[in-house]
Amino acid sequence: MESRNRIILYTIAASISLAGLAEATYLTVLSLTGETAVCGGSASCFQVLGSGYAKIAGIPMAAFGILAYFSAFGFATFAAFGYARVRKFFGLTVWAMFAVTLWLLFVQAFLLHAFCRYCLFSAALVFVLAAVALLTPSSR
Amino acid sequence: MKRYLPFVIVSAVALLALAGGAMLYHAKQLPLLTISKNRIASGTDGAESIHIRGQPDAPVTLEEFGDFECPPCGRLSDPINQLEHDYHSRLRIIFHHFPFVTHQHAREAALASEAADLQGRFWQMHDLLYREQSTWSKAADARLLFNAYAGMLGLKIDRFKKDMESDEVKRRVTADQQQGAALGVTVTPTIFINNRALPAASLNAAGLRAAIEAAINAKSPP
Repeated sequence: MESRNRIILYTIAASISLAGLAEATYLTVLSLTGETAVCGGSASCFQVLGSGYAKIAGIPMAAFGILAYFSAFGFATFAAFGYARVRKFFGLTVWAMFAVTLWLLFVQAFLLHAFCRYCLFSAALVFVLAAVALLTPSSR
Repeated sequence: MKRYLPFVIVSAVALLALAGGAMLYHAKQLPLLTISKNRIASGTDGAESIHIRGQPDAPVTLEEFGDFECPPCGRLSDPINQLEHDYHSRLRIIFHHFPFVTHQHAREAALASEAADLQGRFWQMHDLLYREQSTWSKAADARLLFNAYAGMLGLKIDRFKKDMESDEVKRRVTADQQQGAALGVTVTPTIFINNRALPAASLNAAGLRAAIEAAINAKSPP
């Protein structure tokens, strides 16, 4: 029974990671085409995505998001199929994403004074992933 | 088979993400706007464009649809001024208003610049509004600051206040917006170099310079 619950939780985590992967890919493309360097649509979003915090050494933060969500997806998928060793990596990836998400929320709230709906959606996904990670400790 | 299934799933997702990203990137690259020759903003179709700097016969025309409250427009203001200085008689600059309703004070700022224009100080107000963007854009009452800027530029304040409310300046801003919309402008800054819009990725000092150089070379005899 416990094993079945674990499969369900990791399947949920993989699905959530897929949604995050799609969003991160979209935002990376926006950044690469320069669309985040213009104004239009939601002013707050463009204020956040066009800010200096949206890139690290010229690389869009969203590109790191692709890497993170894809890793989480991969680890969750393998874990769902019974690869016990990857559970630890899933947990590590999710908690790293959680820490970065907290930092980005701080940046939006206190440094930019603007919130981007894409970033908030991503934050919500990461919070759910963190909940899954809590419910499926790697040591269990 | 079950043993290999996760490898298949993860690989398929990686491929899908790559392919989807590439398709999206390609889709976002197209199409670039152009201004047809009978719609050149300097006015052959009767559309008003009164904010022009530079020589009429300059080989390159940089035409901007901008919003004074848009941070990327503000960041381009100094580089454009620098380009005008560097290219001098070879570059003509045209500015059109395209204030977004999502920017709280953008339309008021456009009106302020037009009111300044009625006293011959459009470009001075244009530069000042971009320079002070971070201040007035967060102000509860931006108009107080615009009045102060008018004072700094030596404008007659009473006339400036009256002009900001006038139908004339409102008509000018609206005409620019309508012109931009007719051309397909949806974002700011939208910059045309010799009637061809630059891709968003080129909206930086280096990208503008490269586009101007290319336009000059295209006009130079072989």
